[in-house]
Amino acid sequence: MANKIGVYLDKSNIGGGLDIEALADGLRKKWGELLGVVKVVPVLAESVEEVSKDIAEQDLDGVLLCGASPRVDADLYRFPPHNGQAIQVGHVNLREQCVLCFPTSSDNSFPPSMLEQMARDYLNMGVVRLQKTGVSEPAIVRGVRRILVIGGGWTGLHSALQAAKSGYEVVLVEKSGRYGGAVNNIPVASPLSPPWTDKQPSNLQDLIDEVLANNKITAHLNSTVARLEGEPGEFRAHIQCGEKALDYEIGAVILASGWTPLDPKYLAPMGLGKSPAIVHAGQFAKMLVEGTVNARRIAFVLDTTLAEKAFAASANKSDDKVAKDETAGENAESDGENMDAPFVKEDLESIRHLQYSNVVNSVGMLRQANIICDRTNDATQAFIIYKNMAIPGILERFYRKMQNRLGIMMTRADVTSISDRGDRVVVSCENTLLGMDFDLDVDLVVLPCGIVPTTALDLTINLAYRQGPDFPDLTLFDGFADSNYICFPYETRRTGVYAAGCVRQPMTMDGCMEDAAGAVLKAIQCIEAGDHGVSVAPRSGDKSYPMFNFVRCTQCKRCTEECPFGALDDDEKGTPKPNPSRCRRCGTCFGGCPERVISFADYSIDQISSMIREVAVPKDFKKEGPRILILACENDAYPALDMAGLRGKSWSPYCRIIPVRCLGSVNAIWVADAMSKGYDGVLLLGCKYGDDYQCHFVKGSEICSRRADNIADTLKKMVMEPERVEQMEVAIDEYDSVPDRINDFVARITAIGPNPFKSM
Amino acid sequence: MSNAILVVGGGFAGLTAAIEAAELGHEVYIVEKMPWLGGRVAQLNKYFPKLCPPSCGLEIQFQRIKNNPKIHCLTLSEVVGLSGKKGDYKVKIRINPRHTAPHNVDFSLLASSLEGEAPSEFELGLCKRKALYKAMPFAYPARWALDPSTLSVSDSARVAGDKFLDVVEKPREIVLDAASIIVATGWQPYDMANLANLGGGSIKNCISNMQMERLASAFGPTGGKIRRPSDGKAPLKVAFVQCAGSRDENHLSYCSYICCMATFKQCLYIAEQAPQTMITVYYIDLRAPGRYIKVLEQVQALPNVKFVKGKVAEALQAPGDKVTLVAENALTGQKSRIEYDLAVLATGMQPSLAAGNLPFPINLDEDGFVEDGSAKGIFTAGCAKMPLDVSRTAQSGTAAALYATQIIKGASNGK
Repeated sequence: MANKIGVYLDKSNIGGGLDIEALADGLRKKWGELLGVVKVVPVLAESVEEVSKDIAEQDLDGVLLCGASPRVDADLYRFPPHNGQAIQVGHVNLREQCVLCFPTSSDNSFPPSMLEQMARDYLNMGVVRLQKTGVSEPAIVRGVRRILVIGGGWTGLHSALQAAKSGYEVVLVEKSGRYGGAVNNIPVASPLSPPWTDKQPSNLQDLIDEVLANNKITAHLNSTVARLEGEPGEFRAHIQCGEKALDYEIGAVILASGWTPLDPKYLAPMGLGKSPAIVHAGQFAKMLVEGTVNARRIAFVLDTTLAEKAFAASANKSDDKVAKDETAGENAESDGENMDAPFVKEDLESIRHLQYSNVVNSVGMLRQANIICDRTNDATQAFIIYKNMAIPGILERFYRKMQNRLGIMMTRADVTSISDRGDRVVVSCENTLLGMDFDLDVDLVVLPCGIVPTTALDLTINLAYRQGPDFPDLTLFDGFADSNYICFPYETRRTGVYAAGCVRQPMTMDGCMEDAAGAVLKAIQCIEAGDHGVSVAPRSGDKSYPMFNFVRCTQCKRCTEECPFGALDDDEKGTPKPNPSRCRRCGTCFGGCPERVISFADYSIDQISSMIREVAVPKDFKKEGPRILILACENDAYPALDMAGLRGKSWSPYCRIIPVRCLGSVNAIWVADAMSKGYDGVLLLGCKYGDDYQCHFVKGSEICSRRADNIADTLKKMVMEPERVEQMEVAIDEYDSVPDRINDFVARITAIGPNPFKSM
Repeated sequence: MSNAILVVGGGFAGLTAAIEAAELGHEVYIVEKMPWLGGRVAQLNKYFPKLCPPSCGLEIQFQRIKNNPKIHCLTLSEVVGLSGKKGDYKVKIRINPRHTAPHNVDFSLLASSLEGEAPSEFELGLCKRKALYKAMPFAYPARWALDPSTLSVSDSARVAGDKFLDVVEKPREIVLDAASIIVATGWQPYDMANLANLGGGSIKNCISNMQMERLASAFGPTGGKIRRPSDGKAPLKVAFVQCAGSRDENHLSYCSYICCMATFKQCLYIAEQAPQTMITVYYIDLRAPGRYIKVLEQVQALPNVKFVKGKVAEALQAPGDKVTLVAENALTGQKSRIEYDLAVLATGMQPSLAAGNLPFPINLDEDGFVEDGSAKGIFTAGCAKMPLDVSRTAQSGTAAALYATQIIKGASNGK
């Protein structure tokens, strides 16, 4: 809590005809001794030394910088601790979200006093925010420098080696009796490095030997993770190793559990199982290794339309089923005990996995055709029949080289049937590049293989978490342990667990190697973050974490159920157990807490409530207009408003904007506070939600929307129209339209009329 | 000896590599040639598969930079010399003048009063910019840049008195120590001038896919409305020409990875703005890797999008500033000559290093991609290595960060 604050008003960045000295005077009068210094400086950025001097001479523990948005120049305003006391830095955005957004056009003008009021409100809100901002003691966990790698295939082995190379211990757990996974059948790989034109030996045995010889790596075959409990930095992994049960302390986890081939039933429409001369690529790889390929004419069929069509019909049926299941699920969810029901793993395998494996199959079949031609000096005729040759990027060079290979013939075609005629298999091709339809007679047909991530079928990780043992959102990604963070690969919704390789996305071997390295970096980062008691991305380095006042907790379990990252466990009574290093600091827990027992040292219910109350709400609605509280997500909506201001857009000066960490952190009490204070409406600006969510905390804005009923109840209890509160989805690039949407809301509120509490 | 990492290039690969390494506790320098970070991604309107705005991803990255004193950003800067060896490099960097104060000043009023103009590099020539400019609303650093060569005589008088501008600021050189280096120099859109059969960039209303991104962008030259550059009219008939330069021995020997997906995305932009627009996509293969296939399916479901398998042989100017495309359907053998209001060439990626010399002891292949410098402690991230999309670029940047940290002595415990 800042007790002696220095306030600096940046003349160069305020403007707008505001009487800055008068604003400074107002602050001095209102806040008295709390404000050790109140200064109007000509150029704040050039006054950093002066501020530092004031901190030292006046023993300030907080500075409030008033001018441009906190999003600019923040790097200039870092002040080291003084006398062991951290210096809190707050900002008041008087430029972008006050002066620049103030309507000045002749047809929509407001008296200058309206701008002054707005500036005064924002300054007072800034002071009280800083006053209520505490310094967090970091929640340090042990930071065990040991990484659990689940899966001993290509990605897992590379992950283990990279982690060891970075100085970390590794426990490698392989489910089967053999390391190497699918690569056991790929002694010769597609190009793994420049110049990307030639096959390369995978040298799997060398890799396995290197891993087993590394004294930082402990590897177990025939082993699975029976249970993973605790939190990043100090997980405890129970490994079932055959009959033996082993326990390890683990800092972070890399999930490299790979994939299994798609159920052959999905390839039956293409003839699989109907003839020994029709195999899939996985089986063919094995035949190549065993040296049992005798065929001289081989068709590699990449067009999977036959299978897709056959399963499209049944998929539609199962969609109906899914829809029903979902309604059932929703009903169960509203019954809060759902999470305590025994966990049932949903089978997410589908024909989609065949389609998603297009690149791996295109590259893989080129590779296989190349091998067979190598072996037979091009005496074998390999036909590659594709609809779209999916070889994106640099591997085009390999493709080009294969196009020139004598034994390989490729054409685009729609494959209309594949039938066994006893002595041969006939592949019927239409719409080919040869100007005619034809039947291709071959000795062997190789069909593509679908990569089904292990997470679509099995419980790979067995988390001892309140929210269940599996990853959430698997359905959204067809069973892949992936996230919607395009910009942030490896993230799962379980902090400290990073997915790599084909369990995350179908990828070729070169991609898996890179993925392994990236996941190792994230795992190491997570361990070190725990060791320093700070958050991992997106709020990297944040020392704050949720603190609970358990005395008042009613064990309603809302926080434990809603946390997007499953950070909270609970005891038998339902008392939440925070796990700070699982936490991403979004505040969704306190947004849902009806008793308001959760807070961060630097972000709390009371802090925002105090800011809300700091606004001078005029009693005369007709003369002075309504007052609208805008709670804006600081990640997307707030920057969008900044940019709107800079781009010359304006919005109603009746609005007061408070940035929040995530809409998930919005507590209904803030709405109640605003209404009792006399505000006429509350607008929540947050990220898009749904399947293509843009929320940085995955679920925050969605959870906020689900709480709308709570908020409506709050309003009803106060005998007010539920329309006074609205949530809007705003993307960061909607800066040109969001001011209009705000103004529309203000117009709707104006039409509803004044908040009846106003005159009380 | 040094514990720092030098990252050359402040696009998505470089940003990712720098931030990920810095969040492990390492000192990192980002050297970026342009006045702002973000690279090509900053020019994109949306990225697939979610069609979300890239400025959202950049905003997070910039926040992470602001919160991390270990990251040092040098914009308008280039590496001009390198000596030493793996683990112990000395890097000479030229910092070109920005001519504006080293903090945020809102120059918008002054800038709009200036008269001198130059074609906007950021807007790929679709419009002009002033001498004093800030290319994007989310620019980081959030500071304007002044290009004195664009000032008119009266402009010079206008800016002379501004205490936050320094027209005569000179370039300076600094030397940094670095243990390892990450090359993240990214890519350039393949120059349409090389595509003689497709008009060599001189046909009106025949634009590149990157120009299309700018036309669709909310802060682009048309405020996000897709319009013909020649007359500002909404196109009713649009064609996309895939593999304009890519997968062609005479141009780029590789597939540029993103152009199919970029076209699908741009079909969705058009369908959203003007669903009645007729769109034709001329392609060799439709490459939608993995789960991106969902985006392709979304486009295939649009009623007014037609796919023609076949390479466009020629583009010509037609009356009314239309574009005639000559193509042959590879399946039917049918030749066509069709006029379009707007043609978009899906030009590919050329590694930036193909154009110039980098003072680094690394080998480039014939196309200008970096081969391998890991033995020297020099690692490559993103499209300097191979054509990639944003997601795979982030993956590559994260991996490069790990390799770079492994060079640093005493880094093994991450401290």
